[in-house]
Amino acid sequence: MAQALDEIKIGGLGSSRKRVEDDRFLRGKGNYIDDFKLPNMVHMEILRSPLAHARIKSIDTSKAWQMPGVHMVLTGEMAAQHNLAWMPTLSYDTQAVLATDKVRFQGQEIACVVADDPYIAKDGCEAIVVEYDPLPPIVNPYQAVAEGAPIIRDDKEGQSDNICYRWEVGDREGTERAFAQADLVSKLELHYPRSHPSPIECCGSIADYNAATAKLTVYMTTQAPHIIRAAVAIVAELPEHMIRIISPDLGGGFGNKVPVYPGYVCSILCSILLTRPVKWIEDKTGNLISTHYARDIYYKGELALRRDGKILAVRFHCDSDNGAFFSDAQPTKFKLGLIHSAFAAYDIPFGYMTAQGAYTNKAPGGVAYRCSFRVTEAMFFQERAIQAAADDLGMDQAAFRRLNLVKDHQFPFRTPYGFLLDSGQYEKCLDVALNAIGYDDFLREKEEARAQGRRLGIGLSTMTEPLGAGNSREYDILGIKMFDAAELRVHPSGKAILKIGSKTQGQGHETTFAQIVAHELGIPAADILVQHGDTDNTPFGMGTYASRSTPVAGAATAMVSRKVRAKARKLAAHLLEVSEEDVEWELGRFYVRGAPNNGVSIQECAMAAYGNMPDGMEPGLENNAYYDPPNMTWPFAAYIVTVEVDPETGVWDVLRMVAVDDCGVRINPMIVEGQIMGGMTEAYAMANMQFITYDADGNCVGSNYMDYLLPTAWETPGFELHEVVTPSPHHPIGAKGVGECATVGGPAAFVNAVMNAIDDTGVRNIDMPLLPDRVWEALKYRRDVSGMPPVKSDAG
Amino acid sequence: MEERRITVTVNGEPRSVDVEPRMLLAHFLREVLGLTGTHIGCDTTNCGVCTVLFDGLPAKSCTMFAVMADGHDVMTVEGLGLSSELHPIQEGFREEHGLQCGFCTPGMMMACKALLDENINPTEEDVRWALAGNLCRCTGYQNIVKSALWAAEKMRSEAGAFSR
Repeated sequence: MAQALDEIKIGGLGSSRKRVEDDRFLRGKGNYIDDFKLPNMVHMEILRSPLAHARIKSIDTSKAWQMPGVHMVLTGEMAAQHNLAWMPTLSYDTQAVLATDKVRFQGQEIACVVADDPYIAKDGCEAIVVEYDPLPPIVNPYQAVAEGAPIIRDDKEGQSDNICYRWEVGDREGTERAFAQADLVSKLELHYPRSHPSPIECCGSIADYNAATAKLTVYMTTQAPHIIRAAVAIVAELPEHMIRIISPDLGGGFGNKVPVYPGYVCSILCSILLTRPVKWIEDKTGNLISTHYARDIYYKGELALRRDGKILAVRFHCDSDNGAFFSDAQPTKFKLGLIHSAFAAYDIPFGYMTAQGAYTNKAPGGVAYRCSFRVTEAMFFQERAIQAAADDLGMDQAAFRRLNLVKDHQFPFRTPYGFLLDSGQYEKCLDVALNAIGYDDFLREKEEARAQGRRLGIGLSTMTEPLGAGNSREYDILGIKMFDAAELRVHPSGKAILKIGSKTQGQGHETTFAQIVAHELGIPAADILVQHGDTDNTPFGMGTYASRSTPVAGAATAMVSRKVRAKARKLAAHLLEVSEEDVEWELGRFYVRGAPNNGVSIQECAMAAYGNMPDGMEPGLENNAYYDPPNMTWPFAAYIVTVEVDPETGVWDVLRMVAVDDCGVRINPMIVEGQIMGGMTEAYAMANMQFITYDADGNCVGSNYMDYLLPTAWETPGFELHEVVTPSPHHPIGAKGVGECATVGGPAAFVNAVMNAIDDTGVRNIDMPLLPDRVWEALKYRRDVSGMPPVKSDAG
Repeated sequence: MEERRITVTVNGEPRSVDVEPRMLLAHFLREVLGLTGTHIGCDTTNCGVCTVLFDGLPAKSCTMFAVMADGHDVMTVEGLGLSSELHPIQEGFREEHGLQCGFCTPGMMMACKALLDENINPTEEDVRWALAGNLCRCTGYQNIVKSALWAAEKMRSEAGAFSR
């Protein structure tokens, strides 16, 4: 006789079960792209431009062709013969695969060499001679739109300036009226610096074109294999069913492995031309200087305030630096991602925003680096502006937030920019955080320390963010609506295989998605194999980014489990010899209503599906589900950081960091906490050290790990984690996205803390990262410090 | 390019192979011996995913030539535990969720091994310092530090059991 199960014991919802993935990773048996070796495989390396902006006069590849072991030297001219010198971007622009006319940023791809091994291929690249005619470089968006600036995209018909888009959202007139009634207008200008997601594993691919079958198999580092298949079909003009994308174990992604990069395209073309497998493994400098950057937005904003602290309206403008090609990976409708989700957590009646993007001689991109399409910038601008407004009003930081945060009874809440917040307990989260840090005690401690010449500071960040695109009504990429799918098959013995369209890069899908099935069906998680990352063997999905796996693919997994359960119920009725209406469900078993001892397990139902189905029933126990989310999920976070700033050196140390996350129902608490700690480390990195900039000649500063600083175990502070749970009302298991919250909301907490420590100086802003010299400069000269890349003075 | 015969003891087994003098030790381990648990991340000795033990000390194999290992002893992640039985360090990383994407994990564990071979009773500060040459982008280090301390405790208790 079957018994109801203990959900935690079977690895269901809420179980911190150990990860399935660890078995191979701990033994050094992961399968990352560089670990694959195919028979007859050759190796490709890329020659990159040393200059930021120059016309190509000539490319001489003759010496490279003559080198022993070299099989191919691919140039833009050759690629053009196959209509592949340029490719479309995810933002309806074009991007050069291999430069033909000009180079437009340092590190741009010029040629590829394919050889017997990577050493020879590198030698081949060095043997290529390129003659350039240098042009003046443009390194920031203001220089780009200044009069007389050279046109970077002279390849585009009708492009007479360096502007790549203009965009506005909100109620301009209503906002203007509200500003007219304000007692006080608080203004702030700042720059969210360029950054790079920088997974430790760089990009790579092995393209394997089989001339006998005309099938193209591409092993590649992608977070979105199904979208890539569609893109390759379009770009390379190949039939989609003859393309198989396999995304193996990924050494991190963080958004960097969403786009299509020239290296992938070149390896595919070379494989087709050579009819043998071609492997391309990017090096760190190539990754940092050419693949998608993140952030690089200049914010000018103002809040209309009533004397009592109520925010009446918000108005802001963003200037984005989009690099040489407008290739943001973002939903079609939104030109600067979801930047208009800024200020969503606050009850603000009116809002209006404008944005403009500029081409510059810098790497292209604008990828969502551990965030949902530009929400990291949105929430940073928001929380810096909120602190400035509280200071301008002379109000306490926490009290000002408490007054303006959306209240529990207001959900679902429509923001002035049109989003619908699903749920939350914002004030409760704030209170948990304030209690954990000991807010009032710290303010006293700060005053006492100040009297002794020490500078302590406390920074708050409270925010919600939209995670889990679509719905399909508003969200698409290249015309493909944003949803996700799952397939579940239960074998005769009650073990199961789940196939999903999303793709883990370390989030642990193989562990947590089995837990969702365990929760819905009572099959122990250990009995469920999760398969993903292979387009020939998994259903369609938009990929893993923007914290959308659990909100969308996770929901599809719950829904397909319910379909399977519905069939199992019919099998149970047959086995129990009662009508379906008389069958009750509890975790792992069906039983006869009123006779709980008379039951059958889900495993017994599975066996019956193959060996004892009722007459007329289709055999087997499997199904699929496509899930189109009705809304985004809206997690909330309250982060508080305390710091001490050394006034002599500008160095600041984190004293404590408290994180309160409400991401709804937690599937695997251990993994959720791991995600929050990882995200918070990236937040700390951006506030403290991690950025990419350019000199006036367009040279990338931050092109390797000696210049591009990432925090180590030594400087990374400890994090104190707390939780509040408000289930998402529209997600089947009440879960919300979480993997990016800390990266999105965290930076403002660190920066606000440092600004709070120098709140007597009149300094309104120091641009991130808050390097010691910048903090020292602000303290010494009592002035704001900008991080905008400098322009050559002689360039006008 | 002219090749040279080298003999390196890898995970306890002497391996004699002809290699180009310019071949990196990391490539030798990965491409020639097929030990792909040692990863390559940055080429500049910063990230540490290529960390192996070189005569017992942690070394970054992406900035050493294979010929420099001639006559020396190299241990990689494949030599850390058995496929059936994990080393306490591997167990620690699993128990404390010290890994996510797994790419930095082999190097991180080898750096831990070097520390614990030297000091089986490290403080949190000792661990953080010993791992300062290894970057991780996923975990935020807190659980990696816990993993190392978990392993140290297990190794101490095992050592205690033997000495009784």
